Amino acid sequence: MSSKYDVLVIGGGNAALCAAIAARRGGASVLVLEGAPKFYRGGNTRHTRNMRCAHDAATEILTGPYTEEEFWEDLLRVTGGQTDEALARHMIRESKDILNWIVEQGVRWQPSLGGTLSLGRTNSFFLGGGRAMLNALYLTAERLGVDVEYDAEVTDLVIEDSLFLAARLKRPVKGETEIRATSLVAAAGGFEANIEWLKQYWGEAADNFLIRGTPYNRGSILKMLLDKGVQEVGDPTQCHAVAIDARAPKFDGGIITRHDSVVFGIVVNKHAQRFYDEGEDIWPKRYAIWGRLVAAQPDQIAYIIFDSTVVTSFMPTLFPPIAGRTVAELAGRLELDPAALEKTIAEFNAAVRPGTFDHTILDDCVTEGITPPKTHWARKIETPPYLAYPVRPGITFTYLGTRVNKEARILMADGRPSGNMFAAGEIMAGNVLGKGYAAGMGMTIGSVFGRIAGREAAKHARN
Amino acid sequence: MHGTRILDEADRLMTVCNSCRYCEGLCAVFPAMELRRAFSDGDLNYLANLCHGCGACYVDCQFSPPHEFNVNVPKTLAVARAESYAAYAWPGALSGAFARNGLVISVIAALSMAAFILGFAALNDRSVLFGVHSGPGAFYKLMPHNAMAALFSAALLYAVFALVMSVRAFWRDIGPAIGGRADGGSIFQAIRDAGELRYLHGGGVGCYNEDDKPTDRRKLYHHLTFYGFLLCFAATSVATLYHYLLGREAPYPWWDLPVVLGTLGGIGLIIGPIGLFTARMRRDPALLDESRYGMDVGFIAMLFLTGTTGMLLLVLRETAAMGPLLALHLGAVFALFITMPYGKFVHGIYRFAALVRYAQERRTAA
Repeated sequence: MSSKYDVLVIGGGNAALCAAIAARRGGASVLVLEGAPKFYRGGNTRHTRNMRCAHDAATEILTGPYTEEEFWEDLLRVTGGQTDEALARHMIRESKDILNWIVEQGVRWQPSLGGTLSLGRTNSFFLGGGRAMLNALYLTAERLGVDVEYDAEVTDLVIEDSLFLAARLKRPVKGETEIRATSLVAAAGGFEANIEWLKQYWGEAADNFLIRGTPYNRGSILKMLLDKGVQEVGDPTQCHAVAIDARAPKFDGGIITRHDSVVFGIVVNKHAQRFYDEGEDIWPKRYAIWGRLVAAQPDQIAYIIFDSTVVTSFMPTLFPPIAGRTVAELAGRLELDPAALEKTIAEFNAAVRPGTFDHTILDDCVTEGITPPKTHWARKIETPPYLAYPVRPGITFTYLGTRVNKEARILMADGRPSGNMFAAGEIMAGNVLGKGYAAGMGMTIGSVFGRIAGREAAKHARN
Repeated sequence: MHGTRILDEADRLMTVCNSCRYCEGLCAVFPAMELRRAFSDGDLNYLANLCHGCGACYVDCQFSPPHEFNVNVPKTLAVARAESYAAYAWPGALSGAFARNGLVISVIAALSMAAFILGFAALNDRSVLFGVHSGPGAFYKLMPHNAMAALFSAALLYAVFALVMSVRAFWRDIGPAIGGRADGGSIFQAIRDAGELRYLHGGGVGCYNEDDKPTDRRKLYHHLTFYGFLLCFAATSVATLYHYLLGREAPYPWWDLPVVLGTLGGIGLIIGPIGLFTARMRRDPALLDESRYGMDVGFIAMLFLTGTTGMLLLVLRETAAMGPLLALHLGAVFALFITMPYGKFVHGIYRFAALVRYAQERRTAA
């Protein structure tokens, strides 16, 4: 391995590989440093499955057009306006070409997966999922002559006067070394797996968070950059969280630990009390709020309670529901106060008004006279066995990042663009995604800005 | 909760996979899985035999080992598949043949070839056994055609009967198609899917074998082997028709249909098994049912032996080696026939049945 490269890419996910490939295709020598072992390479990309790209017409895998304007409106809606419009519109425009470019890098598409029909028009799914997508990108990068090192922990970045000079590296076998490069692409993700960092904003509650991705998303590169004068973007206190099964592993449970049965029952906390309208909104909006709602409950735990009439109404789950022949028995298994749970369910059942159930629309099944109400899909829970999923907050990603411009060039705290530092992917997602989320957008940010960053980094190195 | 540990594990994996579904575009197994929420023994044996072992779902899975979810579908289904062969074998008393299959196949092949050599030696004069014979009826100087036809027809009929009984048990066990519709279209679809090995393709890029690069050529080698086998079978069938309908006796000249078919088939049966054997030896142990080395290699070896002795017989049929080679070739073919229901040959039968069921389910779902 030569110790001086044109382009050094730190990170190993979608954004990093798109940057590495684009830089290599731009004529640069490229080294990719992935902090994780080979199996866990790719950060959150390994758990993704689709990408949201604008397109003017239906394709083999997309059921209809999704215009730039519609994409922009969706982004505006989910972020509540917390986005950089010029940058976001640039990304959306570039996303159109990504649909083809990513295929040229070996990635294959398929129509939307079973259970995700609502995304069939807007999102393109990776055949075989995110890890298959990564495998294809790595094979292409290797074929083009990109060097890749795994287990490569970057311990320091040498940055002088807003110029990147070198990265210090600790490797398990080969020891410490310093790698110089003409350009840097920082594509090392967020800090969602760094519990200590999360505790700065969430306190001890963060100990009860489950992390949906690998333990390697520690945000160390992000921290180094911010400490060395790079301008930050995005709310540092915020992270994207969904409700996942409390029995999931601490790290890397991925998509299969998710639950979306909220709509078919009620959700109670450890005191067997309801705390939020389970029928407020349709998927995916409710999907994205329940992580935060559970995080605000005592001990960061909650229980989705439903009955046997609805078990086949949602996707099969990894962990089976916990069952009881009576409400009291179920409460016992969940270690909740049986009397309290019986009371909560009895009051809920008494408040349910007749209606026509349809979980695909905001239907007219409502409760009356309880707080909080359930404003849609309210049906009595009365057919044993009674069932429950315990859920905890599952942290997907963080919003804090580095400010960039349209060239994916990092901006310094004083607003000047760095001479040779670029950023792509989750580490700069906060530029366009100040809050909220819409399916597949993380991959759009990764591929679009990864490709731009790689191209610009190579251009800089050649000059 | 299931009959065996491997079915318990297959059930666990299908539960994991059914809550993920990222692999549904790779092959037939996952769409079939998605039609079910719970898995009986029969369901799992159906899925196991539907799996072609391309390895793509292992390489693409975010939960494969060393992940703690330890999802290894190709290996688990390979073990379940092999166990299903024993479970459905007819008669049940012979299912033990799958336990030490390599040994069983080797012993039967050796005995069969020895029996033909000894038989030829016992029933023929030395000058006939090692004589040079040519012209129509040359082979039958060593063994009368009617004896040959009777013996091999009996062996083949037994094999077919045993296979029919086995696949009947399988078909009953996997239960009705979800949605339930059986018609000729499904069988035609299954013939196409099996004929082109539609699901041995890693979702389009090719299969995985020794590493995470989809460079595997098993599909090609399997085609050579399978179509080689069919061509050889066709050669024998045409020759039999020539014999009884036209009164033309083997050996035939090189340009005649039975020889052309047999030669092409023989070449396939030599190159194909070599390729499959090489791939088998290089295969990542993570993807393999390692305990079934004997079964995998035994069948490949039987096909190779059949192809090689047949080709040698063709090349050397006008020399003194013809007699012994004919004995070896007939011994190999006889052993191949009678071991068909008790060796790796059955994989094709169960997989075809599974593909028919899958085609039915797809037609229903569509």
